[in-house]
Amino acid sequence: MTLLRDTKLMFIRNMQHTLRNPVFVFVSMFQPLMYLLLFMPLLNGLGGVPGIPFGKAVDVFIPGLLVLQALFGTAFVGFSLIDDIRSGVIERFLVTPAKRPAILLGRVLRDAVILLLQCVLITLVAIPFGLSVNIYGFSLSLVLYALIGITMASISYGFALIYKIEDALAPTLNTITLPVSLLSGIILPLALAPIWLQDIAKINPFSYAVNATRTLFAGNFNNIGILEGFVIIGVLATLVFLWGLRSLNKMAS
Amino acid sequence: MVDDLVIQTSRLRKTFFSKGRGGKKEVEAVKGIDLSVRKGKIFGFLGPNGAGKSTTQKMLSTLLCPTDGEAKVLGYDLASQQEQIRQNIGCVSQTGGADLSSTGLENLVLQAQLYGLDDLTAKKYASEFVERFQMSSFIERPAQSYSGGQKRRLDIALGMIHHPQLLLLDEPTTGLDPQSRAYLWGEIRKLKDAGVTIFLTTQYMDEADKLCDVIAIIDDGKIIVTGTPSELKSSVGGDTIVFSFQSEEIAGKAETLLTQKVKVEKIQTKNNTVHLTIKDGEIIMPDLLRSLDTNGLEAQTVTLSRPSLDDVFLKYTGRSLREDTIK
Repeated sequence: MTLLRDTKLMFIRNMQHTLRNPVFVFVSMFQPLMYLLLFMPLLNGLGGVPGIPFGKAVDVFIPGLLVLQALFGTAFVGFSLIDDIRSGVIERFLVTPAKRPAILLGRVLRDAVILLLQCVLITLVAIPFGLSVNIYGFSLSLVLYALIGITMASISYGFALIYKIEDALAPTLNTITLPVSLLSGIILPLALAPIWLQDIAKINPFSYAVNATRTLFAGNFNNIGILEGFVIIGVLATLVFLWGLRSLNKMAS
Repeated sequence: MVDDLVIQTSRLRKTFFSKGRGGKKEVEAVKGIDLSVRKGKIFGFLGPNGAGKSTTQKMLSTLLCPTDGEAKVLGYDLASQQEQIRQNIGCVSQTGGADLSSTGLENLVLQAQLYGLDDLTAKKYASEFVERFQMSSFIERPAQSYSGGQKRRLDIALGMIHHPQLLLLDEPTTGLDPQSRAYLWGEIRKLKDAGVTIFLTTQYMDEADKLCDVIAIIDDGKIIVTGTPSELKSSVGGDTIVFSFQSEEIAGKAETLLTQKVKVEKIQTKNNTVHLTIKDGEIIMPDLLRSLDTNGLEAQTVTLSRPSLDDVFLKYTGRSLREDTIK
């Protein structure tokens, strides 16, 4: 099947680009590591408040932190696409017989793989801080992070294809990522929030993802919240990917 | 399709719609173009910046959808058989489209694979072009380190990697130094000798003149005139001969003599020079010089200039192509 082959070719090409400067894979883990080292100790002092069981702050915080990485680590991948648009690479791909979805799929899959590598590393670093994690729950969570990464990457690529310049892309992405992360109970559990804030958070799809991954880390598989998280993020990832693809096709119209 | 027509368009039109201040704006980039490109020829699409050259090329390469009109490329319908067109044409855009952080070789191999070639054949084709375009000294370096001429060679190799029968080149030598241009012209002629039909856009008159078999001049989205370079130039009229004499008086006498002797299209005397426009200037000139001599009107300098494509452009548009290009 040529879509599969073209996607593989594009994936390899994009991965080569990333691995040419592998140091940036680690640089973009700096933010979550800072939260882990310099912010999590504050939560330990809050043990016992709603949403943070006594002495278990790390178990609540790490799943959320990984969602934060999934949101912010992939949100700015659109900049690399603008480079490719400007140098004419994307136009060159568009006039080859290569399947057009492969041009985007190869990129978002690369982004997802890099993200998962970062998530595993962050989790390993958190274990000495007392993190207790269910290995099956963690593995399933990785799928969820990948879907979140694909969602954010698709949004980023979609806007890159529409704007084609960096100046407009950065503020747009910041405008999306900041409220979305604040409203998903990543830094502090939403259980602490007033009712009105909790109600707003209910329309934020990523808050369901954070709930799902916290439940998975704890190993509670009989929880409807897990299914909710997967379905909501899965549908969202599909929709925004198709939207990104539409932007790509619009370049050639 | 007539057998040897590789590109055929009829009333091809492209209008861009953009939302700006004060509502929707319409820009008619291409205003109904009829083109016929014959097999095995180098077809030049000559015009100033913004004339609609690139837009036409992008429509022919399936990158832009025409707003109206029809076209056949290699016998395939532009509206319904885009996949076949993409598979069978080669295309080099103005920016080129090489991936600058990858090496030239990586670029070539991936491009070949995207045309459906297996890994082994892709590598074979890539090294074939490395040799053909003499790129072995730099092909393993990242493309961002290439000179303008080296990058252009890579761009064209990318467009040719799958051995298409038709190559679309958008301003292949813009911004190149004279040596690189001459080298590329040589390569483009070799492609033609190998049987490839070439459709190229250019804003350079000398390029259209020296390289192309047929030229269509485009201005403001419309084709003004089509023909071979020599047909176009002779449509402008005769050659110009400029004689200069020692004094204004001699020049005046020379004008009288020349007017009597031959059928001039135009003659004009400025100070001590006489400007004469005449058909077949190069054949008539020796004869004219002899007559001037025998009548004691000795010319000090003589120059003969043939009409250029700029004169052609001037005749049909009332503007100089050069002025436009500088702007």
